Amino acid sequence: MAAFVTYQNIFTRIQVRPPEAYPGCKLPAGDAAREGKPGFVNLFGILGDAQVGPIYLGLLGLTSIAFGALAFVIIGLNMWASVNWNIVEFVRQLFWLALEPPPAHYGLRIPPLRDGGWWLVAGFFLTVSVLLWWARTYRRAIQLGLGTHVAWAFAAAIWLYLVLGFIRPLAMGSWSEAVPFGIFPHLDWTAAFSIRYGNLFYNPFHALSIVFLYGSVLLFAMHGATILALGRYGGEREIELVVDRGTAAERGALFWRWCMGFNASFESIHRWAWWFAVLCPITGGIGILLTGTVVDNWYLWAVERHFAPSYPTLWAPIADPAAVVQGAPR
Amino acid sequence: MIKNLSGLSIALIATACAAVAAVVLFTFERPPIRTAQIGFRGVAMEQLQNPRTAARLVAANQVPEAQPAADPPVDDADKASAVYENVQVLGDLSAAQFNRIMLAITEWVVPQAIRDNPDSAGGCAYCHNVQNMASDEVYTKVVTRRMFQMTRTINQDWNTHVGQTGVTCYTCHRGQAVPAYVWGRLEGMDNRASIAGPTGQNRATAAINYSSLPFDPFSPFLLRDQDIRNISTGWHPGGNPDDVRISEWTYSLMIHMSQGLGVNCTFCHNSRAFASWEQSPPQRLTSWYGIRMARAVNNEYIEPLTPLWVRNPRGPADFQHGARLGPQGDALKVNCTTCHQGVNRPLLGAPMLRDYPELNQASRGPLRTSEAAPR
Repeated sequence: MAAFVTYQNIFTRIQVRPPEAYPGCKLPAGDAAREGKPGFVNLFGILGDAQVGPIYLGLLGLTSIAFGALAFVIIGLNMWASVNWNIVEFVRQLFWLALEPPPAHYGLRIPPLRDGGWWLVAGFFLTVSVLLWWARTYRRAIQLGLGTHVAWAFAAAIWLYLVLGFIRPLAMGSWSEAVPFGIFPHLDWTAAFSIRYGNLFYNPFHALSIVFLYGSVLLFAMHGATILALGRYGGEREIELVVDRGTAAERGALFWRWCMGFNASFESIHRWAWWFAVLCPITGGIGILLTGTVVDNWYLWAVERHFAPSYPTLWAPIADPAAVVQGAPR
Repeated sequence: MIKNLSGLSIALIATACAAVAAVVLFTFERPPIRTAQIGFRGVAMEQLQNPRTAARLVAANQVPEAQPAADPPVDDADKASAVYENVQVLGDLSAAQFNRIMLAITEWVVPQAIRDNPDSAGGCAYCHNVQNMASDEVYTKVVTRRMFQMTRTINQDWNTHVGQTGVTCYTCHRGQAVPAYVWGRLEGMDNRASIAGPTGQNRATAAINYSSLPFDPFSPFLLRDQDIRNISTGWHPGGNPDDVRISEWTYSLMIHMSQGLGVNCTFCHNSRAFASWEQSPPQRLTSWYGIRMARAVNNEYIEPLTPLWVRNPRGPADFQHGARLGPQGDALKVNCTTCHQGVNRPLLGAPMLRDYPELNQASRGPLRTSEAAPR
């Protein structure tokens, strides 16, 4: 094995293969055993760690998977039923099919199963599954002696999910306000949501969410590139370099200080990344929650607050014909 | 590195690459896409067009050569109503003009295959009993009368939409008895006794550009006059009960218009504020009248003829071809694509009506309906 290792490559060049796969540290008392015999996959080793398994399932993991599978199957069966149990149409139109929430006239009441009731059932099971999986990420971290940062980051995403499917519909007084389960249907819902509420781009929390989304991408690229570039000086050993700066840390810091006058430290860059990532769904969720409950037309709201500029039109202005033509239907 | 990969890994990578290639090849449009700015800089009001699509549309929207012109009547005896029997809507034409229009409409409406069929007497038999041309026994003749009145009404009363360009039979028919782009009611089609009730949406449907929006936006908006608007006119909540699912119906109609006219949303709207008339290009006004025109055509001209098509669901008895009714047994109706066929001005704005002044002399009354007694 060459002593001089470079990481400036799309793929990992070095695969560490111990004589035996490491099954993991001893589990605390009361934990179930890990499942599966560990093995190595060369392809995985190019992209990440070559070792696969063992996996820890435990009660939280198993119940989460069970509830998730139940929701998945209910959604799938509803999609299949909506094409009359025709398997060819099910495959052909899979991306178009959906399990829709109940129509508006049911409000927050429990509708018949075929008229949105299955949506409530599937949504409930999916939510249980997601919350159990959250508990699993929290508990696994504690059991391994880690901090719970992953669990709280996941909680930020769950916040947005709950706002869309549960909290905002409650606030609006109707399950019909929620998002359908379906590939294209949820995308069309998203576009229609923005149009119905007068253009979400004028929602400041939507703007913040985009800042943190694109900011996360930018930070991820900057950080990943910096560490790869420092690989020849051992820069990937970030945690050691937090407390004991070597030439890799110094060069990385100098690079950014020279480029933009300021640099994050080997420790703080990870806080930057974590906060940008979690603030994306947190601000997004706030923006969704305010839509329809506090603001019904974000464009008009922005005009009143003088941050939607007016532009010249290149044609003679037209008037609303429904306001001009007597008795015209809208 | 690659040589270390197992056969399975290579197969996995190859499958993934093939899947990505298939998606890219079969779902994306091959460039170039040309962009034309139509609004103020910075507001992204642009029209996109692929020159290959544009060339195809130009080829598909050519106007047939006009029939040689005919002189108007010099006196009452020269009128078609005097020369021929049972001329109810084209009676004010001269006999020469009348024959010219008969020739033209045969070319416009009777399919080539039927015109080539010797039994059809050059296509005349598609609407006439050729032994007695005056007879109304072939139902298509009765339909045609009403269609002449419709064409006249569109050109006279709907200048707000058709301008001075106007329409002819060919604008929709293009050499086919049933125009290529028509619709039958689909609402309720997904209502079945099963675990999944009707939602009216989420089907791969060409007329709404394969979105998963409601698949029949025509019944509520182009047959009934359901409210199209659902964006609030103030920012305070409380005044607008429409939810996102209701607004998807409007969105679906708009996608249909965009698709049918081959234009982007920004052809009629400043997409920063879809509802704002102050910021909308004038095309939106034309389009607003177009929706009302399609609705009027469907209600006043197409639907009342339904009994004739119910009696003849596959066309005239001797020349049966193609369905006259939608999947739920209703008349095939018009939407934006029926005339527009992919371009924002039908037939690329060719002033075809100018060559056929006879069409503006069809009498609009009395109304010729499906119940006109056959003679």
